[in-house]
Parts: sequence; C-alpha cells; structure tokens
Amino acid sequence: MAKVMMKGNEAIAKAAILAGCRYFMGYPITPQNEVPEYFSRELPLVGGTFVQAESEVAAINMVYGAGASGARVMTSSSSPGIALKQEGIGYCVKGEIPCVVVSMMRGGPGLGTIQPSQSDYLQATRGGSNGDYHIPVLAPGSVQEAVDFVKESFEIAQCYRTPVMVLCDGLIGQMMEPVELDHEPTKREMPDLSTWALGYSPKGKTNTVINLDIDAPNCEKENIRFFEEKYPAIEKNEVRWEEFMMDDAEYAFVSYGTTSRIIKNAVKALRAEGMKIGLVRPQTLWPFPQKPFENKNIKKWIVGEMNMGQMVPDVQLACGRKEDVLFYGRTGGMIPTPEEYIDFVKKELGGAK
Amino acid sequence: MGNTHKISCAGFGGQGVMSMGQLLTYAGMLEGKEVTWVPAYGPEMRGGTANCSVIVSDEPIGSPIFDTGITTAVVMNLPSFLKFVPKVAPGGSIFVNSSIIEEKVQRDDVKVYYIPANDIARELGNDKLLNIIMLGAVVEIDKIVESESILKAFLKVFGDHKAKLIPINREALAKGAEFAKKLE
Amino acid sequence: MSTIVYQKPEGLTDVRMHYCPGCGHGIVHRLIAECISELGETENTIICAPVGCAVFIPKYFTYDSIQCAHGRAPATATGIKRVHPDKLVLTYQGDGDLASIGTAEIIHAAARGEKFTTIFINNGIYGMTGGQMAPTTLPGMRSTTSQAGRDVRINGNPIRVCEMLATLDGPAYIERVAVDSPAHVIATKKAIKKALTMQQAKKGFTFVEVVSSCPTNWGLSATKAMEFVRDSMIPYYPLGVFKDMEKEGE
Repeated sequence: MAKVMMKGNEAIAKAAILAGCRYFMGYPITPQNEVPEYFSRELPLVGGTFVQAESEVAAINMVYGAGASGARVMTSSSSPGIALKQEGIGYCVKGEIPCVVVSMMRGGPGLGTIQPSQSDYLQATRGGSNGDYHIPVLAPGSVQEAVDFVKESFEIAQCYRTPVMVLCDGLIGQMMEPVELDHEPTKREMPDLSTWALGYSPKGKTNTVINLDIDAPNCEKENIRFFEEKYPAIEKNEVRWEEFMMDDAEYAFVSYGTTSRIIKNAVKALRAEGMKIGLVRPQTLWPFPQKPFENKNIKKWIVGEMNMGQMVPDVQLACGRKEDVLFYGRTGGMIPTPEEYIDFVKKELGGAK
Repeated sequence: MGNTHKISCAGFGGQGVMSMGQLLTYAGMLEGKEVTWVPAYGPEMRGGTANCSVIVSDEPIGSPIFDTGITTAVVMNLPSFLKFVPKVAPGGSIFVNSSIIEEKVQRDDVKVYYIPANDIARELGNDKLLNIIMLGAVVEIDKIVESESILKAFLKVFGDHKAKLIPINREALAKGAEFAKKLE
Repeated sequence: MSTIVYQKPEGLTDVRMHYCPGCGHGIVHRLIAECISELGETENTIICAPVGCAVFIPKYFTYDSIQCAHGRAPATATGIKRVHPDKLVLTYQGDGDLASIGTAEIIHAAARGEKFTTIFINNGIYGMTGGQMAPTTLPGMRSTTSQAGRDVRINGNPIRVCEMLATLDGPAYIERVAVDSPAHVIATKKAIKKALTMQQAKKGFTFVEVVSSCPTNWGLSATKAMEFVRDSMIPYYPLGVFKDMEKEGE
C-alpha cells in the first residue's frame, strides 16, 4: 500500500479498524477529538459500533462489557479523561479483559492545558487505578509508530488478556505525517473465546468475569499469578526500545514520544560538534527496557520529557547509578526545543571533549 | 546535511492556511521527501491566527516543530505578520499577502515578496484561491516542491471529485509564480 | 408415584444464597430464573452484577455473568448488548448502585434506548456496607448515616427512579412492583417477564423496580419488614406501570 498523509488521531483510529477493532466508546476531549470523530464516521461502514458515552467513566465500563464479550474494543481520551477512566481500567485488569486505551496527553494537573505534555507517565506506568497491577504501555514517537503500536496493542491485549495503553502526547495526535497502513502486527497465541468470554461459553458451561474475591487468600493467589506468570511473560516478550547513535556513545539521552524527536535534533547537532552522544528511546514504558542501561560506556544519562522528571526513577533503577542521571524537561504544555537540550548538555557536561 | 525547508503558514481561519500547509506536505511526500505537518490548535485557533508548521526535508525529520529558524514564512494577515516575521532565519523568505497587509518588513537579511493574493484571486473570479496563489509564489521562489506535485496533492487532500477544479488551481499557481518572478 | 409441584428453576445453581431472612433478593433471583427459563433463554442470557449484596450473582445463576464497577452496570451492559444483540442481557442493581453512584449511567442507557433489561431492587438502604442512607431512604427513616432519621433539609429528598426515567423517550417499559405479599410476587414475575419479552422483541430499554426489604439494616423482623414495605415504602414509591410502548402504540 502506498503512503498516505494522516493526522495522528485519525491514523490511530484507522489502524484500530484495520486491526479488527469494531467497537469504540468515548467522550469528547481535546486534543484527541479526531479519534471518536473518525470512528463515528467509519465504524458503521464496516459493521462496527460507535457509542458516544455520557462520560469517560461510562465509556471505559462499556469497553469493559464489550471486551468481556470477546470483541476488539478501544477507547481514547486525554489526561483528565484518562484520570476518570482509571477505575474501569482496574476492573479490566482484574477481570482480565482485553482492550486498548489511547491516552493523548495534555498538560496537568487538573484541567491543566490542552497543549501537548508527557506528564501522565506515572499515571500510565504506576497504576492510577487501585491495587497491585501493571498494564503494557506503548509510547510511539511518530504517526507511523502510533499506527503500528495500535495494531500491536490489540494483539498484546488479546494474547495476555489485559488492557494495553498507547501513550502519546498531544502533538502526535495533531500532527500529519506519511504513514503506511499495511504493517502486519506480530501474531501471538490467543486464548480461545470459549474459555472466558461472555456469550461464548459452551453448552452446560458458564463464563464469568469475576472482580470481587471476597476471600483474601484467593485474591492474593490471583495477584501472584499475574506477577509470576502474566507480567514476566509480557516483560520477556513485549519490551521494545530504539537506540539512536549509541554505538560509540559516552553520553546518552533517554526520551520517548515527541521529546525524543526533539532530542534527535540535539544529538545530531552535538555529534556535529564532536560529542559522543546518543539516545535511548523506550518504546514500551512498562515493561521498561533494562538492557540498554547495561551499557557501561555511558558516563551520564540525560532524561528528557515534557514533565518534571517522571521517568527519572526508572532510569536510575535501570542503570543503577542514581547520581549519573540528569534531567531537563518542560511542563504544563510547553514543548522544549533542541537548542534547550544542546544548551543543557553544554552547561552540565561541558559539550564536546 | 540535506536540504530542509521549515515553513510556517499563518493567517485568519478561512484563508486556507492549514490546507496550504497540507498541500505542501502531501506534495513533498509524493516526491519521496520526508515531511511533517503540525497545526497550532486550541485557543490559539479561535479568533486570532491559524497557523501550521511544515517540514519538507531530504533526511529523516527529528523535531516536527520549530519556533525560530523558519526558512519560508507565508503570512496572510497582520497578526501573523507581526508574529512570524521576527522568527524567520537570516536568508529565509517571507511571502506577505499585500492585499490586506500594508506593513513592510523592516529586515534586510531576508527575502520578502509582497503578493496581492486577494486581488489576484478576485481577478481569477474565485476568492478562495488566495492560498493557492501564495503557494504558487512560494514554490516558484523556494523550490520546495514542483507545482505539478501540488496539483496531485490537491486531489489527495480534497478528493478525486474535485478534479474539475484542477485547471483553475493550475492557473492560480501560475499567477502566483508569475507575480513572484517579477519581484525577483 | 410422586408429582413435582415445586422445584428450583433452571438457571439457578445449587449454591446456597447468602441473603438474610426476609430479604427480597432471593425471591427476585428466583423469579428472574423462572421467567428466563419459561422464555427458553437459559442458555442465551448474560447477567451483570452490581456492587452491593447482589455482587455474588455469578455464583447463583448458571448464565454467563460479569461483576461490574459500582453503578456502572448499565454502561457495561451497553457494551455487552452491542456485541451480542441477540443475547438476553440484564443488569441487576440496588438503590445505592443505580440511584446514587450510577445515576448518570442508568439515565443515559435509558435515554439511548439500550435494549437490555434492568432489575432495580429498592430497599431504601445500603445493605452490603451496613445500613447507610441510600438515595431512596425515606424521609425520617433511620440509617447509620442518618441516625436521627433522614432530614430532607439536611440530606435532601429521595429519588423516584421510575417516574424520572419515564420522562425519557428511550425506555420501552417501566414498571414498579413489590415483593411484600404473594400477590405482589406474582405481579413482579409478570412485570419481569413482560420486560424480558419486550427485550426479545428489541423494543428498547426495559426497567423493573422492585420495592424490597432489608430487615437486617432496617432493624426489623422479617414480618415487620414486610409491613414496613406495605405501610411506608409503597405509599412513597407507588406501584404501577409508568411506561409501556406497546400500550402507547395501540
């Protein structure tokens, strides 16, 4: 298929439909409105269903029902709306309901701003709902990657029976880039619907989605099953990252999403001045890639995000050297420039050596 | 380093600045170049100026946004003129819609083209063509893409059912190019 | 030779219910199972459990079932019914679940005319959490969070859900019934069956409110609780059909 130009939000919706998503429930919020708008127009054409829910809370609980019924289903929102969806995400985790949640981050806290941000890194990777759990979080750095990751997300969700979050900043949703839509996601083994999904139980059997384990020992047993079986499998099979100009690097940025693109400019500029610097770009934020941080040649890690440093602890844990992790970022909907990163590196590290 | 164009298109809503950017972007893609298009959105879009940032490059694009270092600015109204003229890189080009902007650029390190786009559009009998006229001037001077690629992109952006509008758009591109060439 | 005159209907499991003596849940569970069995839908039903005493519904019915977040059963049922339009889908919700935390969800599911059936158990109190004031607690009625009796000047007024939903165009059928007497139990079964039949015919949203009892949290004996339903609850929550699309169509 030839490349087409698409806005990130529309490309995400299109990719979901191509991945077999036939149900979308959501609620309007900037900067992701093109997602529900696209679904409302296109889903009926492929026999699918779009529901504009009365709230974010209702939307995620519709997703819970549709996902429990074995359908490929998605919802999307932006930061304050994702905050509202957290309850339902937790129910989907406990009920082991596959679904895809797209989070198009804007500045916070509270109503915040509608400009792009990455300040929901912790909300996405550290829960946000209650209880012991993880969900896979994919962080695309381009419209193309948003398309590819949405497709992968449906596979991951079904394979491990878990909600999956595609975490983007508002800029990825708003920008247009050429995309190829024919990427086939990695096929994974899927549990048969007859073993768990509502409406698919064989005659004489019952499929139930349980959310309350009133007996504590059983609740503990279930949690341990997740942490001993499901999460290690996801950590082993689904972790992704990109290394950019890292071969001979002595310093490395760590960044994802739009900020990582800005930092690529900074890397190229600093390289041109002779500095051996590169970029590690986590594409999954949970599981967080550990391997690139085993690189002992790196003297300093410079974390760059559009927040106040939410990824810093993950980088400190991964590289094991708290004192060697620096941070520069902008928050509240402000986007840093390559020049700001170049200046930061020169000031902190003295530039080329 | 390859050739990288950083283009800002700005004006009132309704002047076609967003689609002007999209046409450039799409045309760049059709020519096999690396491209990005980023709109300003939200309150910025209401009442004041609409604008978009376009990059057309021979090499992979890192940051899709740029605040300064603009190589081509298209300003369609006074607020856009005031906002974007200072952000153009030395040696860059500024295309001013002189039909409604009386101010002159007070810089001597940039190339400036005053195009009376509204007047030319009126001569062509279609006020909506002013963005295409500006685009004709832009691609004639800055050689970002071929003007034929813009017409191919036109069908991609607006759909094949708009094919009947191709001749008038071709004429508008030519008029804009012709006017800009005279200013060189 | 003996004849079976009474037995557990298909659709109910053998698990012993945890409900208190004099509670209406057991009766309504049984009526639901009877109706679904009589409609031949036992193998074709999905039921959504609330948060509240009825959260254990998955243990008591043989249907596919799901435990919903508090108040969100109508949203979850929307998702299920949209995927499985030919399944019989029910939500079963109490008054805290439906009329307090889930008010938005029930109103909008009704307004959209979602083609599932909601069974709403109104006993005027939070049962599972231990007797707190519900949106349907009567004026003057004591609860652990209105210990001197519900003062409407402080606590606001109860909500009559049937009357409220009946103002919407989406619902096909709305009726309020009670389970305080054999006659009312029979009427309740009729209402549930009518709602489910209309769901089978994809008429729209169907809703049955059952005025029920909570002797434990009311602090009354089972018998006294039935008297309270008759003398205090029903006068405030009048029984009857509030909407019937079939009648309107005649």
